[in-house]
Amino acid sequence: MSDDQTPVTPAEAGIEVAAHTTSMAERPELEIVGVRHGAFSAVDGGDTSGFGGLVAPIVMPGPTLPPYGDWFDDAAEELALALADRGIPMESAVEKVVVYRGEITFFVRRENLLTFVGTLRDEPALRFEMCMGVNGVHYPGDAGRELHAVYPFLSITHNRRVRVEVTCPDADPHIPSITSVYPANDWHERETYDFFGIIFDGHPSLTRIEMPDDWPGHPQRKDYPLGGIPVEYKGAEVPPPDQRRSYT
Amino acid sequence: MSDMTEEALTAEDVAFEGADEFFDPYALSYETTEGTVYTVSGGDWDSIEAPDEGQKERIVVNMGPQHPSTHGVLRLILELEGETVTETRCGIGYLHTGIEKNMEFRTWTQGVTFATRMDYLTPFYNEAAYCLAVEKLLDVTDEIPERASVIRVLMMELNRISSHLVALATGGMELGALTAMTFGFRERELVLDIFEMVTGLRMNSAFIRPGGVAQDITDDQVQRIRETLPLLKKRMKDTADLLVDNAIWMGRTVGIGYLDLAGCMALGVTGPILRSTGLPHDLRKVQPYCGYENYEFDVATADTCDVYGRFLIRIQEMHESMKIVEQALDRLQPGPVMIEDKRVGWPARLSIGSDGQGNSPEHIKAIMTESMEALIHHFKLVTEGFSVPAGQVYAAVESPRGELGVHLVSDGGTRPYRAHFRDPSFNNLQSTAAMCDGSMVSDVVAAVASIDPVMGGVDR
Repeated sequence: MSDDQTPVTPAEAGIEVAAHTTSMAERPELEIVGVRHGAFSAVDGGDTSGFGGLVAPIVMPGPTLPPYGDWFDDAAEELALALADRGIPMESAVEKVVVYRGEITFFVRRENLLTFVGTLRDEPALRFEMCMGVNGVHYPGDAGRELHAVYPFLSITHNRRVRVEVTCPDADPHIPSITSVYPANDWHERETYDFFGIIFDGHPSLTRIEMPDDWPGHPQRKDYPLGGIPVEYKGAEVPPPDQRRSYT
Repeated sequence: MSDMTEEALTAEDVAFEGADEFFDPYALSYETTEGTVYTVSGGDWDSIEAPDEGQKERIVVNMGPQHPSTHGVLRLILELEGETVTETRCGIGYLHTGIEKNMEFRTWTQGVTFATRMDYLTPFYNEAAYCLAVEKLLDVTDEIPERASVIRVLMMELNRISSHLVALATGGMELGALTAMTFGFRERELVLDIFEMVTGLRMNSAFIRPGGVAQDITDDQVQRIRETLPLLKKRMKDTADLLVDNAIWMGRTVGIGYLDLAGCMALGVTGPILRSTGLPHDLRKVQPYCGYENYEFDVATADTCDVYGRFLIRIQEMHESMKIVEQALDRLQPGPVMIEDKRVGWPARLSIGSDGQGNSPEHIKAIMTESMEALIHHFKLVTEGFSVPAGQVYAAVESPRGELGVHLVSDGGTRPYRAHFRDPSFNNLQSTAAMCDGSMVSDVVAAVASIDPVMGGVDR
């Protein structure tokens, strides 16, 4: 079992992103977002597998190069044209496109997010009328892009789904709010702010929604423990279960 | 918070005259930047005199979180002008239990145990959505046995009936139709008996698992389900007859809680509320899963955009679900109920023992006496769990309340890296203000009942 179970960046763990010197010049780089220790993905309990010393990179599916297949190519083409009409070339707005398990994800730069989702909603060939909320994901090992916001969209007209992913660094956790385009995201953005600390600029009232207003910290972050939080009740403090009694 | 209370407890802070004789620690007044704020409780209205002449009177009423007609611990903050609601806000979070965080610390299979507890009226939908997402990540969607999918559909549609029965029961109770409540819960009991017979538990059954279902359904059970259905059908009709043409019920619901198609689209509202605008959007039809394309049923719609329309849709959906249940029973063919892939399929085999449930003696014998490798494999799969390739997926099912979406992220390990549920109740509650602003207080109750939020799903 590894003593140091805290998440580290791939470089600190001594993993180098393999330089692709193959003849395929356009071969995408590996999407390493973190490092896993041991055979269990546990960081809290005992790894009884005997492989606790293993150090393996966490590799997410890498970018997909066109053609994407299915209806994705048509949609991407329409999207590029519509974005160009709005003065933003597709290449500058979209970092990369990932097609995985039959779903397409556009990684959008945060400064272009509002225009991008406005295009998704308004363009007749796209018509994604509904945004199914936003979800945060915290990748402590993904340096400079620690916080991800993931937006699923649904087009009832064309019966299609796309996903938009936006990243921001932990040091500057700001992403523009899309409530002006999709009012449905009001509560979803509040929830993501509550759990991850992503600040959605332009949201009408970005307050906590699930946790109490004066709660310190953002519980869904990876550095936030499960349990172990003392609970205050009527002025008295109840320590977390693991600290109530010593069994040494 | 405690500081404020202690300060407020002194009599000097009580602003109105005659405070000494009327002193009530729960009915205090205190100064804020917006003027004096009075907290009124009980019958002390007479003792409050309009202190700021000329200033607009704002009355803010907290409805809930313990109010019986707010569907669980929902807190509605209503700003009133007489009996008219001028502004509605929802306060949620009273039932937040950190299910999504907990799932990150348990194996993929154990995640079902958490998912089933979210929206406690629709446990099978929570489980199915989660399992469909896990199977999509594993890329084994096509390998799920036919029988498992049929059983999933069977349980889900029975669950839709029980959930809609509760919606009618609680909705009726909140509007004063108490017989609807007693009828609704009585009929639901029939469905819960079926759940108990098949899964061993009335709620929170953790029955649908990644790769299939936890255990097979026996011919005897199928027979008993068939025997229950006629009674359930008859009684469903009784409940519907009680309300459909009921003048009082219609007076309370027709034209109330109006939300049109544009409003639904903007607010991301799905389910019966969206279908009450006339749009036949149902994921079972447009994006089928679990083999729904093989069943014949109609999508219930209404064009009234109001509480009454949503009520009629729920009535009709129960009958459509009944049709699907009967088709599912007919479609049940013998076969496995768990994926063949030994790397994923839960190794334990269950059989009916003297107590109605138990481990299969053949399986125990095989792993304990015949194959060391099988024992090791069983142990590894149960304790460590299976690994799921890194990546993310979104899977959605049509729950009785709308689109229940699951966003799952895997880092390649044996536990979810992130699991997020887009619960329809959570999203649909946002439409409360659009439905209620400008209406009477009593209509707020009807509108919230037509949203049918379940706080376990809202707060997770």
